[in-house]
Amino acid sequence: MRVLVLVEHDHAHINPSTAHVLKAARALGDEAILLVAGAGCSAVADQAAKLAGVTKIFLADDVAYTHFFADNLSALVLACAQNFDAILAPATTFGKDLLPRIAAKLDVTQVSDVTKIITSDTFEHPIYAGNAIETVRVLDAIKVLSIRTTAFDAVVDEQAPCVIEAVNLPAVSSKMTFVDASSSASERPELSSAKRVVSGGRGLQSADQFKLIEDLADALGAAVGASRAAVDAGFIANDHQVGQTGKIVAPSLYLAVGISGAIQHIAGMKDSKIIVAINKDEEAPIFQVADYALVGDLFTLVPELIEKLKA
Amino acid sequence: MKVLVAVKRVVDPYVKIRIKPDHQGIETEHVKHAMNPFDEIALEEALRLVEKNQVTEVVAVTVGSDACLETLRHALALGAHRAIHIKTDEALESLNIAKLLHAMVQKESPDLVLLGKQAIDGDNNQTSQMLAALLDWPQATFASTLVMDASAKKLTVTREVDAGLETISFDLPAVVSTDLRLNEPRYASLPNIMKAKQKPLDVVFASDLGVELKHHTEILSVKPPRVRQAGIKVASVDELLDKLRHEAKVL
Repeated sequence: MRVLVLVEHDHAHINPSTAHVLKAARALGDEAILLVAGAGCSAVADQAAKLAGVTKIFLADDVAYTHFFADNLSALVLACAQNFDAILAPATTFGKDLLPRIAAKLDVTQVSDVTKIITSDTFEHPIYAGNAIETVRVLDAIKVLSIRTTAFDAVVDEQAPCVIEAVNLPAVSSKMTFVDASSSASERPELSSAKRVVSGGRGLQSADQFKLIEDLADALGAAVGASRAAVDAGFIANDHQVGQTGKIVAPSLYLAVGISGAIQHIAGMKDSKIIVAINKDEEAPIFQVADYALVGDLFTLVPELIEKLKA
Repeated sequence: MKVLVAVKRVVDPYVKIRIKPDHQGIETEHVKHAMNPFDEIALEEALRLVEKNQVTEVVAVTVGSDACLETLRHALALGAHRAIHIKTDEALESLNIAKLLHAMVQKESPDLVLLGKQAIDGDNNQTSQMLAALLDWPQATFASTLVMDASAKKLTVTREVDAGLETISFDLPAVVSTDLRLNEPRYASLPNIMKAKQKPLDVVFASDLGVELKHHTEILSVKPPRVRQAGIKVASVDELLDKLRHEAKVL
């Protein structure tokens, strides 16, 4: 099987999601070709070429791909996708925006959030906020799959760089225009791929007091997450939301502070290795999935935890 | 300006789902249903555009069996001007839904199609993108702010993406999928529920839309996920740290 993987990146660095998608691609077929489309992104192609098991890189370097717009990017993918048996992308906002557009143009289905590859045409993925796991057989010749990155280990081994082949197709321009972007980028680890995550919820009560979560995260070298309630209340920016419709995380350690544990939140973190919950309500549903439950006032317990971690 | 809003009938988000004993699907008989919450947000946004005098007509459309009529009546009660039921008793995949919506867009010629970013049953997050592809229209997924300039036929949308927020603009017509924080949907008032009964609701058979529908997938099983067991209660921060260091070995 020949598998095409759409690489997520920021023109300079490959996004960690690619190494996870590559794992799924290798489970699916013997040939994994990675498409790097962007502007001034040859460094990304170099990084991708070293990932173990990559057969070839397609590099489409053009200013038309600066903002990763789904319309002209899907046109590029379709032009490159001939003779492929599968097209994979991470189930991140990049992949979710782009991949269905490709599937529709190919007149094939897309299986979203694939968590397991059973055979070359049969896949598992969660539905109903992860409350059911569906096994689906794709009848189309070309399999278009968005991959839940937390379900596949990252490929960490390196190889001698494979061939990088420039895609010399005239770039189509997008119908969309970029206006601006804001990001809460920080020195902390990236939420989706962090080994440790500290998340705060409504229990933090205010944006000011949410800083306590950031302090605890820093004491642990962790990324900062949040429940929908905390984001809706304006305690922290949207890109920190963990859950069914936010980011899916599966760190070694997940610390939920002042989070009651709505099913939509649990859907985004229940595959974490160790879950710790701190909540004053003994009946909070979060405790049903927590390995370690600490019942009490977070405003006393978290400062104590920070102090003892620093000691 | 005319907006088409696609709405889906789903199991109520507050209902705990049950998997059929034969593992062939989810129990949907005698279970409370509701309009997909993301679609309610899409409809609300269309209604607000009417209130801002940017839009003159809001048409709600759904695809499904007669049970979906309640979802369309709810849309009319909330304020949609009219509704279209694309009738089929088959459970259709996203691509087939997108094709039927595509055919309806060609009949109705809206300036904007609004849909929820995902339905909370399949969680697929793909119908709007597929529709935009079939139409070759611009798309904005995960919309959290939407500004329409009807006179210039232009739309500016802020999207919630993994890196933060991204704002893009484009000419209409276009397809937009709505995210959680775009707005807070209103409730239907009793007088409006009564009035909705007088509003036009057209029925079109899916088979009359000239769309070739084919099966792309076969569902082999639907099973419960692995259940996490509740762990232990620790009495103090010291005990927690001790467990994390020596038992879980994650510190």
